[in-house]
Amino acid sequence: MTRLFLTTALVAGLALPAFAVQPAEGEKLAENQSYTFWLLDAIKTTDPQKNTDVEGSDVLRQLFEGLMNEDGHGAPVPGVATGFDLSEDKLTYTFHLRPEAKWSNGDPVTAHDFVYAWRRLADPATAAEYAWYMELMNVENATAIVKGEKKPDELGVKAADDHTLEVRLTTPTPYFPKMVTHPSTFPVNQKVVEAGGDNWTQPGKLVGNGAFVLKSHDLGVQISMDKNPEYWDAANVVMEHIKGLTVNDNNVALTRYQAGELDRVQIPAGQYPRLKEQFPDQATSIPFSCTYGYLMNVGEKGPEALKDARVRKALSYAMQRDVVVNQILQGGQKPAYNWTHWAIEGFQMPQIDYASWSQAERLEKAKALLAEAGYGPDKPLKLTLQYNTDESHKRIAVAAQQFYKPLGIELTLNNVEWKVHTDRMQSGDFQMARYAWCADFNEASTFLDFFRSTGMNYGGYSNPEFDKVMDQSKTSEDPNQQYTAAEQILAEDMPLVPIYHYAKVDMIRDDIKGLPTMNVMNNWYARNIYRIQK
Amino acid sequence: MFGFILRRLAVAIPTLLLLIVVSFLLMYAAPGGPFTQERALPPQVLANLNAKYGLDQPLWRQIVGYVWGIVAHFDFGPSFVYPDRSVNQIIAAGFPVTLTYGGIAFAVAVAVGISLGVAAAIRQNSWLDHLAVGISIGAQVLPNFVMAPLLVLVFTLWLGWLPGGGWGGPTYWIMPVVALSTSFMASIARITRSSMLEVLGSNHIRTARAKGLPERAVILRHALRPALLPVISYLGPAFVTMITGSVVIDMYFSTGGIGRSFVDSALNRDYAVMMGITILVGALTIFFSLVVDVLYAWIDPKIRY
Repeated sequence: MTRLFLTTALVAGLALPAFAVQPAEGEKLAENQSYTFWLLDAIKTTDPQKNTDVEGSDVLRQLFEGLMNEDGHGAPVPGVATGFDLSEDKLTYTFHLRPEAKWSNGDPVTAHDFVYAWRRLADPATAAEYAWYMELMNVENATAIVKGEKKPDELGVKAADDHTLEVRLTTPTPYFPKMVTHPSTFPVNQKVVEAGGDNWTQPGKLVGNGAFVLKSHDLGVQISMDKNPEYWDAANVVMEHIKGLTVNDNNVALTRYQAGELDRVQIPAGQYPRLKEQFPDQATSIPFSCTYGYLMNVGEKGPEALKDARVRKALSYAMQRDVVVNQILQGGQKPAYNWTHWAIEGFQMPQIDYASWSQAERLEKAKALLAEAGYGPDKPLKLTLQYNTDESHKRIAVAAQQFYKPLGIELTLNNVEWKVHTDRMQSGDFQMARYAWCADFNEASTFLDFFRSTGMNYGGYSNPEFDKVMDQSKTSEDPNQQYTAAEQILAEDMPLVPIYHYAKVDMIRDDIKGLPTMNVMNNWYARNIYRIQK
Repeated sequence: MFGFILRRLAVAIPTLLLLIVVSFLLMYAAPGGPFTQERALPPQVLANLNAKYGLDQPLWRQIVGYVWGIVAHFDFGPSFVYPDRSVNQIIAAGFPVTLTYGGIAFAVAVAVGISLGVAAAIRQNSWLDHLAVGISIGAQVLPNFVMAPLLVLVFTLWLGWLPGGGWGGPTYWIMPVVALSTSFMASIARITRSSMLEVLGSNHIRTARAKGLPERAVILRHALRPALLPVISYLGPAFVTMITGSVVIDMYFSTGGIGRSFVDSALNRDYAVMMGITILVGALTIFFSLVVDVLYAWIDPKIRY
C-alpha cells in the first residue's frame, strides 16, 4: 500500500486542522457575520442523493460534508476523511474518517453512514437521477445495481470499522478523490432518513454533518441556515447565518443587490463593463467550468454535409470568437478553440493550430476547405442551427448567421423551448445545436469523456483512436499527455464548433472574504467565508 | 334558484373530468419529460424513475389512477421535480400566499376602480373625470412586468422603504398588490364609468330625480346597482385570475405563490404539479362563475333562473 498525503499541511502533521480560510493579519471581523446569496430558482431538494442542481449543491455543501472538500483552487482537501490510502493495483481506496465528526443531532459520523448513502444513491428503489454518478466513479457493481441485477449491499463500498471506509473500483480512476467532493456522495443519517420518509429534509427534521444547519426553507422564496455548533471544526467557522434568496429575474436581483439585500449576484449579460467601471471592488469575473459551442450531428440522422470533416472545420474556422466574447458577452469569457475549459485544475492547454492564426487566415482556410468539399457561392451550404430560448444564445446565433454568410453558408435559426431542445438533441433530431458542457468534477476527463463513442455526445461522433487515448489516460502517470492528444484529435475531426470558455461574472460585496477565486467549479464553503469591518 | 345551483354543480363534475383528461393528453404530447436533462440519463436510471412515478404504465391507467387518488384520498400525487414535496404540500404552501396578495389586490382594484368610475361618471367631462380616465388609462398601458421592476427600483433601491421581494409581513404585500391590482382597477373603472353613464341617462333615474330624491340617494340606491351588472360579470373571472396568481408577480417579487409554480411545472414537465394547479384553477373558475350568476339574480330582480 502506498500512503498518499493530500496537502502539505497533512504531511507536516495530522494534528493540523484541515484547510480553512482565516482572516488575514490586520483584518477586523465585522459584528454582523451573515452572508446572503442569490438563487435563480427554487431549491428542488436538500436530499444529497436526490439533488441534481448546481444551486442545490451549493446549499448541500453547507448542510453536509463529504469525504473531501475543495480548496480555493479546486484541489481536494480533507473533509470528513483525514486522508486515504491507495492499493498497489490502484483499485482500492481506504479513507480514514476523523473520529470527532458529528451529526447535527450529536451522533458520530461513521463509515456506515457513507456506506448507507452510497448504496442509497445506486439503489433503484431510491430512483435517484444521479445514480449514474456512482457508475461514473467506477465503484464496483454500481452499474449492475442500478440495472437491478445486483442488490445494493453488493456495492463496492464497505465500513472496515466505524472510521475506515473501503471503496473498490472496477478501473483505476486517478481523479477519484476529486469525485468524492460531489454532494451526491455526501453521507446521510440512516435513522433520520428512514424515520422521516420523503419529508426528512424539512427544517427541524433534517440532520446534517455540515458546518450549518437548516433553519427554514420556503420553496421559491428563501432558504436560511445557521452555524452548526456540533460541527467538528465549529471553532474555526466565523460565519453565523447564511441565506439564499430566490429571485427569478437577474435584473431585479441586481437591483436588490444594490439595495443591500444580497451580498452576491450574477451580472446580467452585457452589463459587466459598466459595473466594473462603477464598482471596481465589487464586479468580478472568474473562470467557470463550462464550454459553449455548436454541436454538429455527424450521426445517422445528421445532414450529409456535416459528415465531411472539411465542412465541420470550415464552420469552426469561420466562427469569430473574438466578436462573441468582446462584443456580445463582454464579461471576461475567453474564446475557445478546444473543448476542455482552460482553467481546469492540472490541465495544460494544448497547442491547437488554428488558435494561433488570425481571423483572416481562418476565413481563407475555411473558404478553401468548403470549396474542396464542393460547396461555394453556386452551391450554397444550407444548415439549421437549433438553440433554446435565451437572449444571449439568440444574439450569438444571429452573429453566427452573419459570420457564415460570406462563405455562402445559409444558416437557418430554430429557437425552441429548453425541454424540446434537449429532447431533440438526445434523439439526434438536429443539424447543429447550441450546447454547453459543465464539468462534473475539476478534471479534464469530465470534458473529454463526452466525445467517447460511449459518451454523452448527441452528435454521434465516434473515433476509436480517441477512445484509445482516453482509455490510456486512466492509468497514465501524466494524463495531460493523453489529454493533449485527445484535443488534437478533436481539432482534426471537429465534431463541435467550440465558441467560448465560461466565466462567472458576479457582483460580490467587498467586505465578504473567503470566497474561492480560482476554483473553476466555483464550489464555495460558507465555513470559509467571513465579513470584515470596513 | 336552489335547483339551478344544484344543476350547475352537477355539470361541474364532468367539466372537471374533461379538463383533467384533455390536460393530461396535452401534457404528454409535449416533447421531453420531467427527467429530460442536459445530460441524458442512462436508460436504466430513467426506467427506475419512470417506475417510481408510475410513468411506465399505460396512459389510461395513469389517468384513472390519478383521478382515483384525488377522489378517494384527495391526493394529487408527488411532485416529479421537487422530490421532497407532494403536490398537496406545494399548493398548500403557495396558494395562501397567492390568495393573500390576490385577495387584497382584488379588494383594492374593486374599491378604487368602482369609486373612480362612479366619480368620473357623475362629474362627466369635469377635471375629475379627466383625471380618473387619465389614471385608468395610465394604469392600463403600464403592464405589470414593467410596473414590477419600476416599483422595486423606486421603493427598494431609491427610497429604501420596502423590501424588494420575498414573503413576510404586510410590508412585503404592498408592491405585489399595487403591481397586480392596477390594470384590473383600470378596467373596472372604465367599465363602471361607461355603464354608470348609461344608467344615469335612463328613465328611472329621471323619475327618481323628479320626485326630489337627494343626488346621493339617486346614485347609491337607484343607479349603482344596475350599473354594476357588467362590472360583476367582469369581476368573476378577474377574481379567479388574481387569486390563482400571476407569474409576473411571483417572478419579480419572489413571493413563492402558485403562479410561478404553474409556469415552472409546465416548463419542467412536472406533470403532477401542473395537473394539480390546473384542477385548482378550473374548479375555482367554475365555482366563481356560479357565484357571479347568483349575484346577478340578487342584484337584478328581472333575472330569474
